[in-house]
Amino acid sequence: MKVIQYTEIVDEVSRICQEANFDLGEDVVNAFKESVKTETSEAGKSILNQLIENADIATSNRVPMCQDTGVSVFIVRLGQDCHITGGKLEDAINEGVRKGYDEGYLRYSIVDDPITRSNTGDNTPAVIHIELVEGDALDVQMSAKGGGAENMSAMKMLTPSAGLEGVKDFIMKTVREAGPNACPPLVVGIGIGGNFEVAPYLAKKSLFRPVGERHPDEGIAALEMELHESVNQLGIGPQGLGGNTTALDIKVETAPCHIAALPVAVNLNCHASRHKHFVI
Amino acid sequence: MSEIRIKVPFEPGAAEKLKSGDTVLLSGTIYTARDAAHKRMAEALERGEDLPVDLTGQVIYYVGPTPAKPDEVIGSAGPTTSSRMDAYTPALLAHGLKGMIGKGYRSREVTDAIQENKAVYMVAIGGTGALLARKITASKLVAYEDLGTEAIRRLEVEDFPCIVINDSAGNDFYESSQQSFAND
Ligand code: SF4
Repeated sequence: MKVIQYTEIVDEVSRICQEANFDLGEDVVNAFKESVKTETSEAGKSILNQLIENADIATSNRVPMCQDTGVSVFIVRLGQDCHITGGKLEDAINEGVRKGYDEGYLRYSIVDDPITRSNTGDNTPAVIHIELVEGDALDVQMSAKGGGAENMSAMKMLTPSAGLEGVKDFIMKTVREAGPNACPPLVVGIGIGGNFEVAPYLAKKSLFRPVGERHPDEGIAALEMELHESVNQLGIGPQGLGGNTTALDIKVETAPCHIAALPVAVNLNCHASRHKHFVI
Repeated sequence: MSEIRIKVPFEPGAAEKLKSGDTVLLSGTIYTARDAAHKRMAEALERGEDLPVDLTGQVIYYVGPTPAKPDEVIGSAGPTTSSRMDAYTPALLAHGLKGMIGKGYRSREVTDAIQENKAVYMVAIGGTGALLARKITASKLVAYEDLGTEAIRRLEVEDFPCIVINDSAGNDFYESSQQSFAND
């Protein structure tokens, strides 16, 4: 059985929290560069170029690309043959967040209570999802998820007669209403199926797949491409100032569901699509 | 696209000259305020108290910057979503506020109040906080220190780039610019 030290997790989490905010993934930067070539609006092109420049400054100066350094969301795949020693896994992740956000001069964006709203002063607690998997590895994915795009996300319990058309309409409506608020160009994560709590989780999880990578299922991959094209016809464009780069990518995940249900969730991510990953 | 260089706070009558779609470069002084600071200002007004800053001719930037590193003036400092300030904005416009910088749509109440008070709503590019911070040359805390990133700060800016969305004539640049690219 593999033994993993609590402190090792703390250090790795701290590192990826900072890297997520300083180093925009190559997948996203490449998508910016590709979009500059196809964007029809001059203002849109100029915005995309500024996004590239902004990402450059963040990486070279070790400063966050965006002031909203987000909720720290973790998807952890914990091998059932690995043993964590020295403390609890959740505590290690939260301590890593505390350390990373402090050392990286990142913003504290979490309040302790949704009604009374006092800032916790260290960006904890993180949102942590743990899945138990085979093997002895600890696989941790982190996303710094900004509030602007999260606020424009939506979920709906459709019923089966709505069909795929109903699903598509809901997705288009959500992206249209988000407009500039979610900082387009977006990455749109979609969860279809499951139940009331599963669909949004699928949508969130889909955002962890690199931009440009298609779903392994051919049918879902085709749906992703079709939706991507439709979204880019909306005219919203970079920052909502018009253009054909409304989304950099669309991700779809599905799950079995009840005979009476057709849940659909749309989790929007802004262009600051910040994801990092480590495996111990 | 031509760029208009303009001084802030606005001289009397200057804000109303800006037109939807204009690219402007602001230089001078602006104030930061976002959700929590707006709530406090609204509460102060309700109690009949003075605001912590005189808003006459001023511009408020909706931003909650990251902490400055030891060698920096300010951390990352891009705009946050303006609509969350909609509920508080008409009252501030009535108290002399002339400009707002944020991102995203405004409510009908706000665009009406912008027209009525001959003010202007501008956006900066959301998610370019590292780039925009370079246009900020000084930052000083002026009120509500306990709110942390949400405190009110006075910023000195130089050629801070914005695009005018809602002008004093009632035009909306989001509407017109998106329409020209829509294909549905
Ligand atoms: S939506 Fe994204 S890019 Fe825009 S301000 Fe929020 S975190 Fe930054």
